[in-house]
Amino acid sequence: MFPQLIDTKPLRRAIDDGLNWVVRYWGDGFEAAAYPLLMLLKAIEDLLIATPWWLIVAILTGIAWLASRSWKLPAIVLFSLLFLGVMELWEDAMTTMALMLAATITAIVVSIPVGVSMSRSARVRQLITPVLDLMQTLPSFVYLIPTVMIFGPGKIPALIATIVYAAPPLVRLTDLGLRSVDPAVMEASRAFGTNPTQRLFGVQIPLALPTILAGINQTTMMALSMVVIASMIGAGGLGYQVLQGIGRLEVSRGLFAGLGIVALAIVFDRITQSFGKQLQGRIGLAEAK
Amino acid sequence: MNAMTSMQTQTTTDLAIAMRGVTKIFGSDPQAALALLQSGKSKAEVQAQTDHVVGLDNVSLDIERGQIFVVMGLSGSGKSTLIRHVNRLIEPTAGEIVVEGNSVLALSLDELRKYRRTKVAMVFQKFGLLPHRSVIDNVAYGLEVRGVGREERLEKAAKWIATVGLSGYENSRTRQLSGGQQQRVGLARALAMDTDIILMDEAFSALDPLIRSGMQDQLIELQQSLNKTILFITHDFDEALKIGNRIAVLKDGAVQQVGKPEEIVLKPANAHIEEFVREVNKARAIYVRSIMERGDVEPCEYSVPMNARCEDVLPLFAEHEWVGVLNDEGHQIGRVTAKQVIMALARHSPA
Repeated sequence: MFPQLIDTKPLRRAIDDGLNWVVRYWGDGFEAAAYPLLMLLKAIEDLLIATPWWLIVAILTGIAWLASRSWKLPAIVLFSLLFLGVMELWEDAMTTMALMLAATITAIVVSIPVGVSMSRSARVRQLITPVLDLMQTLPSFVYLIPTVMIFGPGKIPALIATIVYAAPPLVRLTDLGLRSVDPAVMEASRAFGTNPTQRLFGVQIPLALPTILAGINQTTMMALSMVVIASMIGAGGLGYQVLQGIGRLEVSRGLFAGLGIVALAIVFDRITQSFGKQLQGRIGLAEAK
Repeated sequence: MNAMTSMQTQTTTDLAIAMRGVTKIFGSDPQAALALLQSGKSKAEVQAQTDHVVGLDNVSLDIERGQIFVVMGLSGSGKSTLIRHVNRLIEPTAGEIVVEGNSVLALSLDELRKYRRTKVAMVFQKFGLLPHRSVIDNVAYGLEVRGVGREERLEKAAKWIATVGLSGYENSRTRQLSGGQQQRVGLARALAMDTDIILMDEAFSALDPLIRSGMQDQLIELQQSLNKTILFITHDFDEALKIGNRIAVLKDGAVQQVGKPEEIVLKPANAHIEEFVREVNKARAIYVRSIMERGDVEPCEYSVPMNARCEDVLPLFAEHEWVGVLNDEGHQIGRVTAKQVIMALARHSPA
């Protein structure tokens, strides 16, 4: 047995009391602050559910064609979406898709500026990297409980938990992409008298875009992998069907909803990947590597 | 302004670029290493003692307007470091750099950017082109940074693309071009800036010999019509002899010799330079006017112009004993014999 050096009970009690205090006095404030997130999620969800299924199928299949310019990817997307519809999972799938999209959009808005500042300063990178490690390795239930205590069960804690889990790869890949732009090109740009902003938007971001897109792809995938946990605290959607399947020992319900999540993952993974490949080809990195 | 600085500006205003005692030391505490270097230690000793690398060691150069000034040195001699001091891509540890009469080191960050946008353009060994832009947008890049309107800059860019012989490639991606074509884009990008000074860092070193030779000819031609000041870096002595009006030889960050190409070929300052000279085609490097017998001599049967080189007169000696040398007006200013040519070519062979 490891000898007891200090009594950790007061520390634990202080943390628990602190959280209770935060919930009591700041709970409303937090909820108000998170309101825009909820509005975003609601808006996307309402839009997806109000849109007729065939229009969504047509749009996603069309995007798949634009991304790949071949018949293969649109066929996969079409098949995956029809599977969701046939299995009576359409509405749940739209709820899950809304959660994923809202989390991805928020992650993009937050992660890219953070990635940019990391790429520019070693100090910021030293500071942020452990935070990202923590976000990715800390079991999600650990921060799920306090978020539920603060916001109450529902869509907000589900969305926040999803963002916390899904944002780090985008931050990392934005930082990596910006820093691995060919130094010869950066130097040339400097020699022509550019300022840092001109270099960022004129050289670094365009050249790092394939890497950043790979980060967005990772974010969508990780957001989808959170849906079951998110549904435990009231996110609904396909994750909830899986939970119900487990709860009622209905293997078929869990299996179909699970396959539905896989179908969504395939759709978004392949579309973002094809866009990335197309972009690489356009920049000319594909031949270079 | 005190008397000393005004005197210095007087001596340096006529020059395009003047470098005075420029020293660059890479490492965490350059000042300590600098003191050591100034106390007379060699580059190797400084590196052994302090782990600091001496990039440039007390370099002073006078680069006059309108010439192609070549800095020649092997890899690691500090030549790429040197050229980056002119537009302050690298900050010197000590020394002074005056361009067109203005101290570059005194510029604030904003002034430095303005200086880079308007006074100096640069061509890179690895081209440094923007792969996500078309050829014409690459050529127009410098003007875009300067704030020139879209129509005007595209018009200028198109003109320079035509000048370097890339018409028809305006909308291609740079990666689709060959190395020689890419460097033409790099050259057009620098020329489009229409600066008085162009810095070329091993601009032709990545190209294969035939293409390189063509680019060298084109550069000489452009220089004659545009009258720019070109600072050209190379590791290739033949290239230096071919295009340089003046050549500085750099070794271990220090200037070994500065002079006209033939001065270096005919009178190498030390063994290091003689090693280069031994390898070059001297017949191409030496002009007949520098070895000829000057003065009024009887007109020769056959003559060559002033800018003829030894290789041009060699075949003539099969038929003639003397070859006359004419100035630009066509008057004979001297004559040269086969013996003189042979002596000039043989003079610096290993003893």
